[in-house]
Amino acid sequence: MAYLSEIMPAIFSGLQLTVGVFFITLLGSVPLGILVSLGIKSPYFSIRWLINSYIWIMRGTPLLLQLIFIYYGLAMVGFSFSRFEAAAFAFIINYAAYLAEIFRGGLQSVPKGQVDAAKVLGLSKAQTFFKVVLPQAVKIIVPSFGNEVVNLVKDTSLIYVIGLGDILRAGSIAASRDVTLTPYLVVGVIYLLMVGFVTLLLRLTEKKLSVWR
Amino acid sequence: MIEIKALTKAYGDKVIFKDLNLALANGEILAVTGPSGIGKTTLIKTLTGLEPAQNGTITLDDGTYPVGDPKLAAKVALIFQDFNLFPNMKVIDNLTLAPRLVKKESKSAANQKAKELLAQLGLSEQADLYPYQLSGGQKQRVGIARALAMDPQIIAYDEPTSGLDEQSTDQVRQIMLNLKQKGVAQLVITHDLEFAKAVADRNFDFAKEVQYG
Repeated sequence: MAYLSEIMPAIFSGLQLTVGVFFITLLGSVPLGILVSLGIKSPYFSIRWLINSYIWIMRGTPLLLQLIFIYYGLAMVGFSFSRFEAAAFAFIINYAAYLAEIFRGGLQSVPKGQVDAAKVLGLSKAQTFFKVVLPQAVKIIVPSFGNEVVNLVKDTSLIYVIGLGDILRAGSIAASRDVTLTPYLVVGVIYLLMVGFVTLLLRLTEKKLSVWR
Repeated sequence: MIEIKALTKAYGDKVIFKDLNLALANGEILAVTGPSGIGKTTLIKTLTGLEPAQNGTITLDDGTYPVGDPKLAAKVALIFQDFNLFPNMKVIDNLTLAPRLVKKESKSAANQKAKELLAQLGLSEQADLYPYQLSGGQKQRVGIARALAMDPQIIAYDEPTSGLDEQSTDQVRQIMLNLKQKGVAQLVITHDLEFAKAVADRNFDFAKEVQYG
């Protein structure tokens, strides 16, 4: 117990960074993901090509590698970010690519008849999207979106590679200094609690959306 | 009334109909019959602007519009074969959505009118249900009520009784005859010849009266 209170301050300061990267990624990647998912269906070939290449790169290379390129690589060609900015940027563009694919699938699975019905009633394209298509797509998207959010909780641990001290790094330092596995155990429990909380929120959302079918 | 002049629709080289002329007086019900795949649904989709057409004008009580004019959408209602109700909204909200967004009616005025329409169609008890909780016949009547909430000048039905039992079919017939009394022009695509005979003033045999190529 005494040992726990000794390592907790370091672990909590790591937790702040983990939670910070988590929320900033969610806030940035959801709107960007929606924009990208709309761009996939763009009538312009060049936009489609650009977006497909972007998604291919983001999904086709490890996030760890992307972090390294964005922090160290871009600094070499003159774009320098702070470590946190680089982490936020890398996570946002990476997650937006995955989310875009999920959003696209959700948007496409709303039957065309829904759009027809809205159009015949005289709704504008924006009204149709926000009132008819999006709410139906959201219901379809929530489970796979939840999967990504759970992944994100754990992926935040990758930021150690550009020298940021997240919760896992704090645990790791304590473990090698004191030659014990206890800090890792503590870190594991904290991840479980975070994922448990996220899962609970997702279940509640799904339940709320199940009033209609 | 509605007067369709020189309506031409083709998919590439395949002409669906050419120089089609058709007129309906106020309070008239026209049955459109003919084999499947001949272009009956395409005809009413071009009237409501869901399908672009190559040529044609549509004259309503308040003027003549080129086919595909977005203003037509709110004046010509379309009742879908598979209803296309918005599953994410309660019955009452299905009815008030377009009046509020398109006609900018106040919430209370739209609600008031929707309740009257639901009462007329025997759906008062279903106002707060979601579409999945309704029977096929109830869904079809909600579809009609949703269209009526926009005060259309013309109503086009795409096989409104396919898949409905005898009692529901009879209710649809009764609704159509009531609207006829109110002077609404109605055009109904149907394979149910008995139903056509019971409601329609005239029959338009698509196979005989339409020019191709």
